[in-house]
Parts: sequence; structure tokens; C-alpha cells
Amino acid sequence: MTWLLAIFQTLLFVALAPLLAGWLKWCKCHLQNRQAPSLLQPYRDLLKLTRKQPVVAEHASWIFTRAPYIIFSAIVLAASIVPLIAVDLPTAAIADVIVLVGFFAFARFFLALAGLDIGTAFGGMGSSREMTISSIAEPAMLMAIFTLTMTASTTNLSFAIIHVLNEGLVLRPSFVFALFALMLVAIAETGRIPVDNPDTHLELTMIHEAMILEYSGRHLALIEWASQVKLMLYGVLIANIFFPWGIAQSFSVQALAHGLLAIIGKLAVLAILLSISETLLAKMRLFRVQEYLSFAYLLGLLGMLSHIILEASR
Amino acid sequence: MNIEQQDFYTQAILSMAALIGLASFLMLGQGRLLRLIFVFALQGLLLTMTAALSAYSLNNHHLYISAGLTLVLKVMFIPWMLRRQVLAMHMNRDVEALENKTLVMLGGASLMVFSYYVLHPIVQSSSTIMVNALAVSLSVVLLGMLLMISHRQAVAHVVGFMSIENGLFFAAIVATNGMPMVVELGIAFDVLVAAVLFGIFFFHIRTSIDSLDVDRLNRLNEVDQ
Amino acid sequence: MIAAYVLLLIPFLGIVFFGLTGHRDDTGKVNIGLNTLSFLASLWLAVKVLNIGSLYSADQAFLIDSFNVYLIMLTAFVGLTTSIFSGPYMAHEKELGKLNDRRLKLYYSMYQGFMLAMYLVLTTNNMGVMWVAMEGATLATVLLVSLYRTPESIEAAWKYFILCGVGIAQALFGTILLYYAAVQIGDSEHALLWSVLYENADKLNPDILKIAFVFLLIGYGTKIGLVPLHNWLPDAHSEGPTPMSAVLSGLLLNDALYAVVRNKMLVDGATQNNSAGLLMMGFGLLSFLVAAVFLHRQKDIKRLFSYSSIEHMGIMTFAFGMGGPLATFAALLHMTVHSLTKSAIFVTVGHAAQVAGTQDIKKIRGLIKTQPKIGWGLLIGTVAIAGFPPFGVFTSEFLVLLATMHDYPWLAPLLLLGIGIAFAGLFRHIQPMVFGEQPEGQMPVKANLWPVMIHLGLVLWLGLAIPDFLANWFSQATLLISGSTPL
Repeated sequence: MTWLLAIFQTLLFVALAPLLAGWLKWCKCHLQNRQAPSLLQPYRDLLKLTRKQPVVAEHASWIFTRAPYIIFSAIVLAASIVPLIAVDLPTAAIADVIVLVGFFAFARFFLALAGLDIGTAFGGMGSSREMTISSIAEPAMLMAIFTLTMTASTTNLSFAIIHVLNEGLVLRPSFVFALFALMLVAIAETGRIPVDNPDTHLELTMIHEAMILEYSGRHLALIEWASQVKLMLYGVLIANIFFPWGIAQSFSVQALAHGLLAIIGKLAVLAILLSISETLLAKMRLFRVQEYLSFAYLLGLLGMLSHIILEASR
Repeated sequence: MNIEQQDFYTQAILSMAALIGLASFLMLGQGRLLRLIFVFALQGLLLTMTAALSAYSLNNHHLYISAGLTLVLKVMFIPWMLRRQVLAMHMNRDVEALENKTLVMLGGASLMVFSYYVLHPIVQSSSTIMVNALAVSLSVVLLGMLLMISHRQAVAHVVGFMSIENGLFFAAIVATNGMPMVVELGIAFDVLVAAVLFGIFFFHIRTSIDSLDVDRLNRLNEVDQ
Repeated sequence: MIAAYVLLLIPFLGIVFFGLTGHRDDTGKVNIGLNTLSFLASLWLAVKVLNIGSLYSADQAFLIDSFNVYLIMLTAFVGLTTSIFSGPYMAHEKELGKLNDRRLKLYYSMYQGFMLAMYLVLTTNNMGVMWVAMEGATLATVLLVSLYRTPESIEAAWKYFILCGVGIAQALFGTILLYYAAVQIGDSEHALLWSVLYENADKLNPDILKIAFVFLLIGYGTKIGLVPLHNWLPDAHSEGPTPMSAVLSGLLLNDALYAVVRNKMLVDGATQNNSAGLLMMGFGLLSFLVAAVFLHRQKDIKRLFSYSSIEHMGIMTFAFGMGGPLATFAALLHMTVHSLTKSAIFVTVGHAAQVAGTQDIKKIRGLIKTQPKIGWGLLIGTVAIAGFPPFGVFTSEFLVLLATMHDYPWLAPLLLLGIGIAFAGLFRHIQPMVFGEQPEGQMPVKANLWPVMIHLGLVLWLGLAIPDFLANWFSQATLLISGSTPL
């Protein structure tokens, strides 16, 4: 029974991701005084892309054609272990934070290879930039996550969230730092302003888009969907780790519905915050991304130090 | 004991401690003087709130007076005076190119670890959890010194100096619930006079070497000419 | 106790008076008058303490015991003689055009402000107020160092301000830790009072006090001029006006050492071993040796003697660190004679610089031919400070050596080496200055050398035969500090 629930949660995750992207675009448009498309527009876009025939370059290898499926599968697997509406699902056993980071790295690896595969200049540039940014962002993310795991004494996401839930409302300095660090890293990893502009059409400023320039049709649909799921993944991580109240700890229909409403509310608020920051900030020059990510690393480090200095028992 | 077993005020004060430390780090990375002064004022505000919170939870009325003094001096008067000087000398457009911001900040993190190591015996022997924040206060003092070393502008030196005093005030609140009133008033008076003297100094330095870049004050040295 | 209040009130009234009236022709004389009154008040206080014993004020805020009463007298005396020197000296500087009325008004009011801060450091029983007064002394003198408004003096004043300010902040952290340790064992009302802490020193947590002492030594040590925190000292002494150098060298360094020793007494009571003393010995020895070597490289006469100050403060810190009655007695004697000799030297140096028109050692020559009094004064002063018998410095250095050979014999050769190097360094510079070829057009200046002669005479007297009441005084202070008398 619970296995069905786990599969249902994963499907819900994947299905709701384009809605989140649509809501984000809606907020941005309204902040920028533009006419917003409907909330369901990303679904229509994905459907349109699926129906089209993908155009593949002549000397593309199997990596290019297989990569979208690999990437999508890795992201869906990651989505299956992050608790969305309920904790303590059967997938909780493999819901290790390091496994999550591993899934992200796996997907990123194949995306970078796909960008290099055709041999265009822009693809290679995008891949190298992506790997540079992620090489600094990953330690920062791990630092932030380790703060949580040190508090909960486990690297298992589900158990950590249950631990935080059971303690009630505790004001922890380490969590404040870890929250900010994770938010900064999330922006870098999902390619939002101020690290990378997702709406840009200028190839020389692209990071994520440059790698997928050559994709079309259902390949492009899968990759777009994967990046939307990734954005939602980071949002759910931030929302459920630091503000886990509302998540279902039992499997009754009432608790599950409660959990669903809670996560939708939290994600909506996070999307509003993201759209405000995207409107207010400008994209950073590439060499300054290292300062930004070092600051995120520093915040994670401070979080861990705060935990050791201020919170831990002797 | 753990933080989750403490009451809300202690948790809040410890969180404030972390934020005050964060403000010190933010100051380390600022190149623009006006932003530096703003973050310093922010640190003063956090300090005031900590003092007021501590006064409320311990029912210690003279901490309210200290909080008020901090508010007037460190949040309003000194930032206002510095800001006025910076604008009068047209320094708000200069961006100080710090050599290696990342390295300085990581150096700051190692200073935090060092101050924890130095104060470890004291924290071990204490029964309250508030004393843990003493390590944060010492690191704010050390970070203030790092700020003075890594910046060249004299205004940054003054901000570093005042943030050292911020750290000391925080140490007094956390370890001993404020110093005796006489001493607090004396320290506040000293800080005020020091601020005024700094203002006079800026004027003199500016007229003598025509900039506030302290690296240019280098006529007195022991090196053979 | 009224004497103490009067002692503190006089400089305060002086500040107000000078601030209101500004600089007039007789301001120098008014300054001398105020300092005379302060000296008389300190004499009154000294007599009282000698007869009655330690004095406490009503709320235990002030404490006068055998340790600080003689320092108070010394401070008042040196303040008086320096003001006798400074009156005509500053008037001459005004004639030369280097200063104007406004700056002289600042000078005189801050002179009294500095004296007030010094008296407060010495008389207060509250460690926090001691810190406030130390910082106050720094603030009072900062603007005086840059009185001439040359780029070098502004740089020296900035260095002084920043280094001493940051250093003293460390001392405040040490004081907070001390307060924390005190609050652990008793009520917080009297927790910063030295007398209360001294009585209960064995109950204080030794670990906390050890850490607190490190911060206190570094903090107040910056003001003493311990290497490697000494960088402000040569600049501040050489760029400020000469009376300023005299009081800084003679008084401020002493009072900072006093603060350190008071804290050491508390720490020793708590830790029951000499760990604090070992730290002081290390820093003292380092300052002594480094300063002795640096003496050779100096080109400016005031910098030369400021390094000599660092060297002697090193010896004193070393001696206080060793503990034990003989070393403590020697250190107390050394504080007195060094203060008197150094201020006399700076007075003479000030006049010498006026004669030659510059402070550059290479350009000062033939002083003994131009103005014999100044030449002789400089020569005898240097002889005294280098540790020649029969001057008092010889006596105190000899006693320090005795104590070292008794407790730490392997350090005695280092001390002797340092004294020898310092002696060579001083004399290789002084010799040509006093006896060299007289350059063209050097004219004698109007100089009142009575302060110099009185000081050097006192130092000679102390070296030949310490009078009984003074020896008793020192013994009482030694008893207080180290727990036993040397005699």
C-alpha cells in the first residue's frame, strides 16, 4: 500500500513541476508589468514539443540521443526520495542526502556530455561553465545539508525531517545560516538570476541553455521538464527541511491532503520570493559567481560552526 | 544541554549571536564605504535587540539603559557621523578593490574556530548555555581586527574599531549580563570621544596627505632610506 | 580620603578652566600652579597612608594603599617638574611659529586631562573604571601627539590611536572575563572591586583567570610598550612635543605596568603558581633585548630614548614577572628612578633639539661647547639611564640581576648582554652629540634646567643611600605585591 503511495507521490511531484514553473512566470510577469500567460502554459509547451520530431545532428553519438532519458530518469529518481507530502515512505530507506546529491551530479554529468557531444562552441562553453559552477556549489550545498544532518544525527532526509518535526519550534542559529546557504546554492544550481538568466537569448551569457541549444522535439521536452522538476526539488528541500510543519507523518487521507496543501502553500511563497529577487537583481558576471558561491560555502561553514559552538551539548 | 531544551529567550539570544557574527563577515566583504557603514549600523541594531531581549528575560533594568546607549551611539550617531564624512569627502564612489575577498572571509572563519578553541576551557566549566556565545563575541573582536587589516581606507579602520567595541559589549551581555553601570557609562563615553576624535583625524589626514588611504601614511619607518 | 578627592578635583577644574579661558601669556604659570597643588595633595595623601595604612573611600570605589601612593606622588612630582619645563618651552615654540593659541589651549587642557586620567587609574578600586581611565589617557594624548600637524606627527598620532585603541580593547575583554569569574563566586555589586577580588582570589576559577590575564597583558602591555606591541611608542614620543614625551615615558608607561601588576596579584592568588609571571618575564625579556639592539639603528634623538624607555619597561616587566621580594623591590625602585631620569633626559633633549634646530642625531653636535648645561645634562642623564653607579638605575638593575641569578641563573647572561648592548648603543650616539665639532651658528637657548638637576639629584640620592622612609615604603609595597619583604 505504501509503495503505491510512494509511486503516487513521485508522479505528483513530476506532474506539479510545470505548474510551479507556470506560477513563477506568472509572478514575474505581474511584477514586471507584463501580460502573464496562463498557469497551464508550460504543459501546453511540453505537449507541443512532444508532438514534434526531434532533429538530431549527423555526427551525434548515442550520448546525445540517450542523454535526455537518462537525465529525466535521474531527476525522477531524486524526486522519489525527497519527501513531498509524507515522510516515512518505503523510499525513505534510500533517501540519503548524499544519494540525492549523487543523483544531481549524475544528471549534470550527462547534460554536460550532451552539450559537448555535437562539437559546437556554445555547447562546450555551456558545459565548462556548468561544471565550474557546480564544482563550487556542491561543497556549499553539502555544508548546508550537513548542518541539518549534524543536528538530526543522520544523513537520511526522512528521519532528519521527522527529528526536526518532533522537536517543535526551536530557533536555531545554525538553521538560519543553512537556510540562506541552501537558497543561494539553489539559485546557482537551477540556473536562475543572479547566476544565469533562464530567459536569455544571448548565447554568450548562457550557461544551462547553451548546453541544450541543439535539442528539439521530445528530447527538449524531457530536458525542460527535468529542469522544472529540479527547481521544484530544491524548493521542496528548502520548504520541508527548514519549515516541515504540515507534512504528513501518517498515511490517512486527511493527513495526506493536509500535507499536499501545506507543500503547495510553501512552494507558492518560495516562488513569490524567487520572482521578487529575480526582478530586483541583475545577472552577475561569470567571474563573480565564485565569490557568490564562496559566500554560500562560508554561510554553510558558519552554520556548522554555530552548531558546534552554540548548540551542541558538551 | 542542548538548544532545544532552552527557553525561547535563550534561543533567540543565541540566534542573535549568530547573526551578529554574520554581520561581521558581511562587513569583511564590503568594498563600498556606505554599505559598510550600513552593515555596521545593522550590527548595532542587532546588539540593541539582544540587550533589550536579555533585559526583558532576566528582568535586569540597567541593561535597558545600555541598550538605549548602544542604540543612540552605535546605530544612530556614529554611522551618521561617518556617513556625513564619507559624503563630504566624496568617497562614496570609490570601490575599494579588496585583494582576495574569499581568502579574507575564510581567514575570518578560521578566526572563529580559533576563538572557540581559546575560550573552550571557560565554556566547558560553565553551566549556562549563554556562555557559548562568548566565543562568538571574541570572534567578532578578532573579525573587527581583520577588517582593519584588510581594508586600506581610514573609514574602514574606524568601522573595524567600533565593531571591536560591539563584540566587547556583546561579551559583557552574554557572560555577565552587563557590566556595572559606572563602567558601562565610562565605556560609552570613551567610545563617543573616540568617535569624535576619529572625525577630527579624518580631517587632518585628508589635509596632510590628500586622501584617506592609510597605506600612504608611511613616512615613519625603521628602514634605511 | 578627602586628599584623594582633592587630588582628582584639581585637574578636573584645570580642564574646565583652560577650556574656558583659552591660551594667554600666563597659562603656563597657571598650569604650574595647578600641578603644585596636585603635588601637595599627593604629599598629604602619602603622609596619611604612611600613618594610617590603606585608605578606602566610603563605597570602596577608591583605594589608596602602599603600592599606589608612592606612584601617585611620583606622578604628581614629574607632572609638576615637566610643567615647570613646559611653560617657557611651549612659549618658545609659539614664538618659532610652530604652534598657535588654539593648539596651546588644547595642549594645556589635555595636559590636565591626562593627569586626571593618570590619577584615576592609580586611585580607583574598580577594575572597570581603571580600564576607562586608561582609555581616557590614550584619548587625551592622541591629539597632543599630532599637535604640530606635520604629516609625520599625524601619522604617529594615527598609529598611536589605532594601536593603543585596539590593544586596550583586548584589555577590556580580559576585564570582562575577570568580572565573569568574579560573578561566579559572589554578588555582582562588588565583583569588580580589586580589594574584594584580592581577598577572595583563591576562590576564583584559575583557568578563566589565566585566559583573562593573557588578554590583560596584551592589552595593557600595548600601552607599556612591550615588544611586539611597541610600534606606536617611538613614533608618538618622537613626533609629539617634548613635554608630552616626558610625561608619556615617565608616567603613562608606569601606570600601565601598575595595572598589569594589580591584575597579576589577582591571578597569582587564583592560580597559586607563577604562570602569569612567566608570561610577563617572557615579554619583558623580549622587549629588553629587541629594544637594546634597535637602539643602535636610530637616527632621531627622541626615538633613541623612546627605545631606551621600551628597554627599561622590559626590565621592569621582567622583574615584576619573576615575583619574589627582591625582584619586586628592585622593580618598584626602577619604576621610580626610570621615571625621574627619563623625564629629565627628555627635557634636556628638548632643549638640545631647540639648540640644534633639528632632532636628527647626525646634525646635533658640540652641545657641551654651545651650552654646557645642556651638554652636561644630556651626558649625565645618559650615564644615569645606562646604569652607571652611583645612580639609582644601577642599584635597581643590580638588584634585578641578583634576583635573576638566584631564581633563573641561565637568564642572567642575557640580561648582562642586553645591558651592555644598550649601553653601547646609547653612547655611540651621545658621544658625538655632546662632544662633536660645533656646527656654524649654533646659539644657546633660554633653558630652565632646574627640573633636570632636581631629578638627576634625586636619582643620585636614591642610588647612594635610599632614605629610610622610602625604603619602608617600598618594603610595604613589596609585602603587598609579593607577600614578603626583602629585608
